Parts: sequence; structure tokens; C-alpha cells
Amino acid sequence: MEILGKTNIDFIGKRNISFVISAIISIIGIIGIIQIGRGAANMGIDFSGGTAMQLKFSQPFAIGDARAALHKHGIAKADLQEIKDGNMLLVKMAGAAVGKPSEMVQEAFKKEFAGNPFTVESSTEIGPSIGDKLRKDTLIAVAISLLGIILYIAWRFDFKFGIGATLSTLHDVLAMVAIFYLLNKEINLLFITAVLTIAGYSLTDTVVIFDRIRENLHKNLKGSLHSIFNGSINEVLSRTIITSVTTFLAALSLFLFGGEVIHDFSLALLIGIGVATYSSVFVASPIVVLLEDRALAKSSAGAKA
Amino acid sequence: MPKGTGWRFSLIGIFVLLSFLFLTPTLVSKLPGWWGGLFPQDKIHLGLDLQGGTHLVMEVETQKAVEGSLDLVATDLEDTLTSKNLHFKRIARSGSDKVSLLLYEKGTAEAVQKLIKDKYPSYEQSPTFDEGGFVAFTLSMNAKDAQDRKDKAVQQALETIRNRIDQFGVSEPTIQREGINHIVVQLPGIKDPQRAIELIGRTARLEFKMVREDISPSSGTIPDDAELLKEKTTDPATGAVTEIPIVVQKKSMITGDLLTDAQVRIDSQFNQPYVGIEFNNLGAKLFDQVTAANVGKRFAIVLDNNIHSAPVIRERISGGSAQISGSFTEKSAADLAIVLRAGALPAPVKIIQNVTVGPSLGQDSINKGLYAGLIGVLLVVAFMAVYYKLAGLIADLGMVLNILYLMGALAALGATLTLPGIAAIVLLVGMSVDSNVIIFERIREELKLGKTPKAALDAGYDKAFLTIVDSHVTTLITAAVLFQFGTGPVKGFAVSLSLGVIINLFTALVGTKVIFDTLMHKGTAKTMSI
Repeated sequence: MEILGKTNIDFIGKRNISFVISAIISIIGIIGIIQIGRGAANMGIDFSGGTAMQLKFSQPFAIGDARAALHKHGIAKADLQEIKDGNMLLVKMAGAAVGKPSEMVQEAFKKEFAGNPFTVESSTEIGPSIGDKLRKDTLIAVAISLLGIILYIAWRFDFKFGIGATLSTLHDVLAMVAIFYLLNKEINLLFITAVLTIAGYSLTDTVVIFDRIRENLHKNLKGSLHSIFNGSINEVLSRTIITSVTTFLAALSLFLFGGEVIHDFSLALLIGIGVATYSSVFVASPIVVLLEDRALAKSSAGAKA
Repeated sequence: MPKGTGWRFSLIGIFVLLSFLFLTPTLVSKLPGWWGGLFPQDKIHLGLDLQGGTHLVMEVETQKAVEGSLDLVATDLEDTLTSKNLHFKRIARSGSDKVSLLLYEKGTAEAVQKLIKDKYPSYEQSPTFDEGGFVAFTLSMNAKDAQDRKDKAVQQALETIRNRIDQFGVSEPTIQREGINHIVVQLPGIKDPQRAIELIGRTARLEFKMVREDISPSSGTIPDDAELLKEKTTDPATGAVTEIPIVVQKKSMITGDLLTDAQVRIDSQFNQPYVGIEFNNLGAKLFDQVTAANVGKRFAIVLDNNIHSAPVIRERISGGSAQISGSFTEKSAADLAIVLRAGALPAPVKIIQNVTVGPSLGQDSINKGLYAGLIGVLLVVAFMAVYYKLAGLIADLGMVLNILYLMGALAALGATLTLPGIAAIVLLVGMSVDSNVIIFERIREELKLGKTPKAALDAGYDKAFLTIVDSHVTTLITAAVLFQFGTGPVKGFAVSLSLGVIINLFTALVGTKVIFDTLMHKGTAKTMSI
């Protein structure tokens, strides 16, 4: 079976459109990162510090009542989220100290929901110092892995390819942040894990295309840069799509059946796989062409003068 | 069979056997007797997010340990100076890093300074200065000693906490020091996390202090040598807490470090639990003296600066045993006995992270993770078989080998499987067929160029080789960084991911290749099912 026969799509020629789209996405991503830095985004308590609890009630309840119950006991700043499946309630309180808030929540529900006993399925309490440390560590982790990637690509290919690969990887990171920011999804440690995983995945996609481009550049010294790049992308296009499909299928089953804990994590993976596939075709190679064109223009201008 | 396939098949077979061997302790709940020392014992551990349990990070307030040492020095100096008839106005810790001394005369001050120099040579003394007509100077620990004291405090806290947890009875706990002053405690499968946390986090500093009946708690002024503490009692029926302020002597008569044992006993008369304590020789002697000298007076049993009870000394108590009674439940009495036996923490600890997962949520996560994994595998298997036919099935076989090897490797390393770890495995299912996809697409291209299946196969593998290595290395870079920086669940994800990537390199370049080689070795096949 074959989904795609021999294709001949002008990916490089569409770079003006793709660059505009990617620029918009990246700008939103940068705004998202700034908001995260300011603490204005929906931060997970592993970064902000605070308390998150998952309670399982024995009977259905109205979320309004739950909010009122907490309010009555002086817990005003809590995010409540209901999971209909199994009468569960997620309570999130950012920036609070360890110990007290979780007790207060339990006390409040014990008193106000006396006829509806509950169990604490999970509770996470994180002090502010840990959150700060984690935020720093995470930034370092992301920076180091991006640096490692640049070095590897620069070593295996050449500098222009390194820039193309890094920019497209950065683009994917920004796009994931942008979408999570727009959806107001929680930015937590699992999200960062997903982002780094996708960074690796996106790079794999890009490297496969770059490999083919390099091979064709060695083989064919006559064709224009555009046609060689385009040809190479088209040649590996079916691989790009098939791998995205299989990985997407696996991530999709995690998203649909993996449960609440990794729901957003799998969503991030799904988004990432899509973005990474797009960027390896529409961002990475066009950037290299752009850089090569410029270098060429410069050297020919130099030759004329 | 063609040449050169034998050893590859053997290698695959050996790895399969090894994987099953290493997985046996994980899969079989009770190993047979003959499964002795030669065979692997390690198994895949479930992370706290999967089996339920509590993960705590505690910060030891090390400065408090330094303060404690300074308090001891101050008390000791008071006693020494008194016994040597050197008059002083006040000796006390000031701030968190100094002992300040206030004396009447320059002459005594010099004598005291000399005495301190002999007795506490490592302490630094400030020059004397005038303070409201008195002669004053301060004493401070040098930076290195203070650091040592802090370091020791964390070490002691770690030991004490380990002791308490052992006595509390948790199977397979993890207690580790992390960084300068953090202690990480993992209690898998714990049923009553709140109780465990209270038990671990309690300082448990036990002191016996005389009650100062001569000072009314409501009088605003309390002399330097006394302090106001509160006796908290909880009504067992209503849960209401009452606080009675009591003024006690600041200096403690006896402290908890003189205990040798503490046990829960039941009062036969009222059927009430209490904690019986035994002193060591020194403690017994002190207790004997104190009770003998103070019959009819009250002394306070102070635990972490709260008065537990303040009974009247009815008679001299010799023999070195005493009892702490009060409104105990059996559990709270048992917990008090544990902390008294294990000893006090050298400094208070603060819980800065507490992640608790209930057992039902853990089981739920396992079920859902496995279910999602199974469906993911089936989807990918079906897709590959439809798209690449026989070759797709061979790739599927490679993927199954991949998962088997990965599980075997996780077991061999005694790794911990977390929910993100399961997610990584499921994701790998999708990614692991990628190498084969790269190769197959290449083979299809070569076939289109008119090569024979055998030639196309060889060219496909040859040309795809570097691409596959490159793509694996890039994934490894991010996985390594995740491993270095991640904690708990994320680390589990990184372990699964990086092992999976390495194993995948083997299954793709050796595992599936050898099957193709065997099928195609004659080089006469006209077509290829791909």
C-alpha cells in the first residue's frame, strides 16, 4: 500500500506563507513564555508552589456547593475542577504553604459535605523554594538540550543546517507553549517533559530530511538549490508522514485511554507531533535555503566588485 | 541459512532469554526455592504514582542546630562561672549565631575570657565593650565549626528519621539526603500518610522543667530564667482544644537524650494507654535527685515547647523509670513512644514537598496506562501490516522484541516504572517503527529504480544506516538531559526513553535485518512484500 506516490510539491517556494504562519505562532509562544516568567500563565504547582488535591466523593455533588463550602471556611483562592467520571474534584491552591491548606480543605468538606464522605486520592504540596529551584533547573535543562542539539547538528552537517535545525526545534517549543497558553492549560513538569521529548522527535524528523539533502547535494552538483531541497523533501515525504502517523496513533491512545494524570501530557505530545512534522518540512529546510541564498548573493556580489 | 545470520539469530535469542530471565522476579510473585543467588533478584519497581504512597522532601533547619549548641554553651558557662564564683549579670544566646555575656567588672571579664579560651578554643571572642555600664563581649562559633554542626545535624536527622520509619514499619522506604539540607523520604504503599508525616516531622524534644508557681502566667513580666509555655489538652469527645498557660523554669532538669527506652503501656485501672520511659544511669540519678528535692511541687513534661502535662511530684522516684500519661489514644501513645525511642531531631524539620497518591488512584493509573499501551500497540501493528504487508509484520516483530528487551533491561537495572515511564514506552512503540519506516521507504525507492529485491534491501539498509544513527543520537541527547534534571516521574520517563532508543538501534539494524537476509539470501526472489 502507498498513500503518496511520487510527489513534487514546491515546499521551499511556499516559504513566505509558512514563515508568516510560524512567525505568528512563535510570537504567541514568546508572549506565553514571558507570561510564564511573570507567573501570569496557568502554572502548575510544581513551579509555583502550592497545594493540589484530588478528592473522590461517594456521591455526585455540585461544583458550586464545593466552592461555597471552601469559601465559608476561608479558602477563597482555590481553582476547582470537576472530573465527572467518578465524582472527583481537583482542588488547586497556588503559592500556599505546605501542610495547612490541605488540612483546611479536608476540614471544610468534612463539615459542609457531611452526608457525602470523600477520600483523598492524591495530594501534592510543594513549598515555594522547591518551585523556584525547579523553574531554574528546567530552564537550564531546556537550554542545555538545545545547545547539545545545535552542537551535534553543526558537527554532523554544517553551521547553516545547525541554525535551521535549531530554529525549527525552537519553533516547535514555542508553538507548544503558544497552544497551551492559548488553551489556558497548566504549564507543569510533565508539559516540559513533553516539550523536550518533542524537541528530540522534531529533530529526528529534520535530520532525516537533512541527511537526504546532503546526499543529493553530493550526487547532483548541477541542479539549483531550490530543486535539490524540494526534491529531497519530496523523496522522504512518505517516511515523514508514516512516522508521524504511527507516533500519533500511539500518543492518541494515551490521550484517549491513559487517564486523567497524563491527559494533558498526551495532548502536548499530539500537538507536538503535528507541529514537529510541519516544521521539519516547512521551517527547517527553507531556513537553510534562505541562508545559502544569502551567502551566495554575498559572494557573487563580492566577485563582481 | 545464509552465512552470517547464525550469530545474529543467536544474539537475538540470547537477549530474549535474558529478558525473560530478568523479568521473572517481576512477573512471578513468589520465586521458587531453587531460584537461588545465581539468578537475578531485581525487579521493576513501581513508582509512587503507580502503587500509591508518599514522597516527602524535608528541609532541616540547620541554623536551629547551631542555636542549640550555643544554648548549651551558654548554660554550661552559667554553671561553670557560678561554681568558680565569677559573678555575671547575664549569659544568653543573642540572635542565631552568638552568645553574649554581660559582666560586672573588667577583671572578671578578663578571667572569663581566659577561661573560655581554654574551654572552648574554637570559639571566637569579640573584644569587650561597654553596655549600659556593664562589661560585655560576645562569643561565636567559627564558620567552619558552624558548617560542621549543620552538616552533622542533617546527618543525625537522617538517622533519626530512618529509625522512626523502621520502627513505624513501612516496607521498602527510601530515605536519602539531597543537597545541603534536604532529606527525601519515600514511603510506598503507606496507609495513613498523615500519621506518618506527623511522626517523621516531629522534633520530639522532651524536657522536664520545674513549674514556677510563684509567677502568675497573667502577669506581664516574666523573669529571664523563666518562660511561659502552654499546656494543650484536647477533649476526646468534642475535639475542643483548651490551652492553659503555665510559667516554667527556663532551664530543663532532665532532657530526652537521657532516655534508654519508651514503651506503650495500658493503665490497668482506667484502661488508658500511657508511655512508660526508662532513664539511663545519669538520667535516673538526676531524676532521683530532682524528685527528692521537690516533693509536693509540680514539674512540667515539655514536648517540643508544649507542655504535655504538669503533674505534682508525690514522692521521690528512684529506679529510673517514669511514665507520661495524658489524653492518649493508643495510636498517639505508640507514636510518642517511637519518637522518644528514636530520639529527638537535632533541629526542627520543615516539610517543603509532600506528594501523596492513594492506592486506588495508583491502580487506576496502571490499568489505564496498560490499556492505552495495548491499544497503541495494536493500532501501530495493524497500520504497519496494512501499509508494508510482510515487511510491516517483520517491523512489528521488531517492535515487540523492542518492548520485551526494554522491560528486561528495566528489570535488570531495578528501575522504577512511573506513569510517564509507561507513556514513554507507548510513545516508543510509535517511534521504534520509525527506523524500519526509513529503511522500507528507501527499499521502495531502490525497487522503483529497478533493482532486484536483494540489491534493494542491501542498498536500503546501507543508505538508511547513518540517518538512523543520527536520529537516535538526537533523541538520546534530550533523554539524557531529562534524566539529569528530572525528578521522580520525569526521571522514569527519561530512563524508559533512553533505554528504548538504544535498544531500538539494535532491533532495527540487527533484529529485523537478519529476518530479511534469511528470506532473501538466495537473491533470486522476484518480488518483495513491502
